[in-house]
Amino acid sequence: MVAADEYQRRVDGVREPDPTLGKNLPPRPPPAVEPVPPAPAPLTPAQPVKPPRRQRVVLADPRQGTTTLRARVELEEQTSWGELLIKDLVKAQLRTGLLLALLVVGVLGSLPVLFFFLPGFATASVIGVPVPWLLLGVVPFPLLFGAGLWYNRLAERHERDFVDMIES
Amino acid sequence: MQLNPWALVAIVMVAAVTYLLGHRSSRFATTTHDFLVARRTVRSRRNAAAISGEYLSAASFLGVAGVVLKDGADALWYPIGFTAGYLLLMLFVAAPLRRSGAYTLPDFVEARLESRSLRRLSTAFVVFIGVLYMVPQLQGAGLSLAIILPTPAWLGAIVVTILVALNVIGGGMRAITVVQAFQYWLKLFAIAAPAFALCAVFWTGGTPDGATPLAAPTSPVFLENAHIDVKTNVRLQVDDLTAVRVRDPGATADHEAVWLAHSEHEVAEGTMLTFPAGASVPVVTGAPVHNDNWLRPSSSGTDDLLSTYSLIFATFFGTMGLPHVLVRFYTNPDGKAARRTTVHVLLLLGLFYLFPTILGALARMYVPKLLVSGQTDGAVLLLPSAMMPGVLGQIVGAVVAAGAFAAFLSTSSGLLVSVAGVVSTDMLPGRVKDFRLATVLVIAVAATLAVVLRPPDISISIGMTFALAASTFSPLLVLGIWWRGLTWPGAMAGMITGGGSVLGALVYNNACSYTGWYMPWWSEQPAIITVPAAFAVTVLISLATRKHLPVDVNPIMLRLHAPDPLGFMRDRAVARFGQAEEKVRMGKGRHRK
Repeated sequence: MVAADEYQRRVDGVREPDPTLGKNLPPRPPPAVEPVPPAPAPLTPAQPVKPPRRQRVVLADPRQGTTTLRARVELEEQTSWGELLIKDLVKAQLRTGLLLALLVVGVLGSLPVLFFFLPGFATASVIGVPVPWLLLGVVPFPLLFGAGLWYNRLAERHERDFVDMIES
Repeated sequence: MQLNPWALVAIVMVAAVTYLLGHRSSRFATTTHDFLVARRTVRSRRNAAAISGEYLSAASFLGVAGVVLKDGADALWYPIGFTAGYLLLMLFVAAPLRRSGAYTLPDFVEARLESRSLRRLSTAFVVFIGVLYMVPQLQGAGLSLAIILPTPAWLGAIVVTILVALNVIGGGMRAITVVQAFQYWLKLFAIAAPAFALCAVFWTGGTPDGATPLAAPTSPVFLENAHIDVKTNVRLQVDDLTAVRVRDPGATADHEAVWLAHSEHEVAEGTMLTFPAGASVPVVTGAPVHNDNWLRPSSSGTDDLLSTYSLIFATFFGTMGLPHVLVRFYTNPDGKAARRTTVHVLLLLGLFYLFPTILGALARMYVPKLLVSGQTDGAVLLLPSAMMPGVLGQIVGAVVAAGAFAAFLSTSSGLLVSVAGVVSTDMLPGRVKDFRLATVLVIAVAATLAVVLRPPDISISIGMTFALAASTFSPLLVLGIWWRGLTWPGAMAGMITGGGSVLGALVYNNACSYTGWYMPWWSEQPAIITVPAAFAVTVLISLATRKHLPVDVNPIMLRLHAPDPLGFMRDRAVARFGQAEEKVRMGKGRHRK
């Protein structure tokens, strides 16, 4: 019995083994039937009956384990640990954002100065199209999209790591 | 210009499809939640198309090609800035803004800083920016309808007003989401197909007879006799000895005149000018005269360089402060979807902006007469018939006209929803009927202003709107999301400093345009001064007023930054306007792609 009990506990910390297991107990008496109170009288027509709003009730959500709940509570109550965690996440996201912004703004922002101080560069042309028009009319758009795509990946990775850390 | 029946058909079709799509998707719009944020169920791809459709306004569809025609390489910064603004929006604003659970920009401000007075101030700025943005859209609609069809200028504005109001009253955000997404693809087609067709014409035909090559150190020339109706007072720089027939306003007969080389001439509103074919084109003062200067960036000194950087500041920071753009991000289900939306937007906008540049450069060769009147916004509309005579040119012109019309419709409907949402929730109780009332009020004000005010260059006035947004809301959003130390007095001081200085520049610029004073570069684009000033004032005053720090700054930062699966997102609209059916689904922060 003891071994089975231990086994059960290890699998699931909540469930107790059945106390009646293997015991010869007398059968339970049938449950007493309580008298049902009479149905309430219908409301007077003066009070309009408003049916209660239908609500969707979710009893258990398999996607949220008990550990998430505990970490969530810790975050929500802003214990020093929870606060530190979220500060770290904010810092990581901000650092990524600033780095990418500096990269892109640095590349694009240097172009006007470049054209201004290097007139030869500003008048050069590749297969008949002037270099400034290529650099300003075509190149920035793939650059911006690429930076966006990259940031999206980095930011989602940070968030995934954060969630993994909370849940483990 | 003569009547183009194809263009009329195309515009009527766009109007009909817009109305039908809006009507179809507004059938189920019943709650405030539908009208404000489309129940927050718009998926990221659909929302990206809708954002791009809303964002590609008249300034992008017509204005960019027009500014390229006039200013050349320096104008290429407009499309770059319009797109790069979304990168900064994505890096610093998109996901946390969505997670705040706010339903309008002022609501976010209150959620973050807990100040009613700051909320009221930002309401005022949202309404002001929205109307300032909407007026040129409506005016542009009038102008371009007048280019295509012989109608008075106010008619286009009224047609757009009525259509947009019908859709927004019917279903608010829910109605316009599908419409805007459809209009993005329409606009992309309407600019890409003509660009390909006209490039094919150019490559098979080469530089047209008599036209100045784009790299030549002389000014463009008229390809045929040109009659020009000057609509506003302009000052023209003449490059070469030019014979011109002038009919002064009110006069009945022309008189011959000869304009000397390198002279400047004032031409009054209402004057008719006739130039012979082969004459060199006089250009509005301030724009490059010679084609080689036009082709080279930053060609006329440090002022050019500074105004380029100022434009970069305005557009890079301005996008994240535009209320009609931000409100679309509230329609995503969660922060992750908001971020993905922005990636898609970067792709869609980058694709679109390749084409207006090409059209602007072609316009420099084929329709240089626009440089004389200074109203270069018509370039895209006039180019097809100038390059392809006959029915084919008319059909291509009709496609472009349909795209332009879609641009006016989608941008003004987005602006209308965002401003009406703010007015109905901040000045009225926020029920559906209040939203409808606010819609009617806002569009009536905008339409009146559009008919009364005098139309400026679309891109210039949009540049000013971006400067205003960049100097008011972007410090508030960026610092509010990433810096715990922001206080409401600091935010308010920054907003007043930034907004006040931009408005000062706007007033000074208008005074210059009426009185003819010297117009410094910063009066047209003050962002390089006002944006850093607004940021600095916000930070300094916040540091000085530490005792006004909101008490629950930690929970707010947690809600803004915690990943969606943890489920900290709270919908403020549900708290205020009651249960929405979708609440259960939203509260989980589950990602719907």
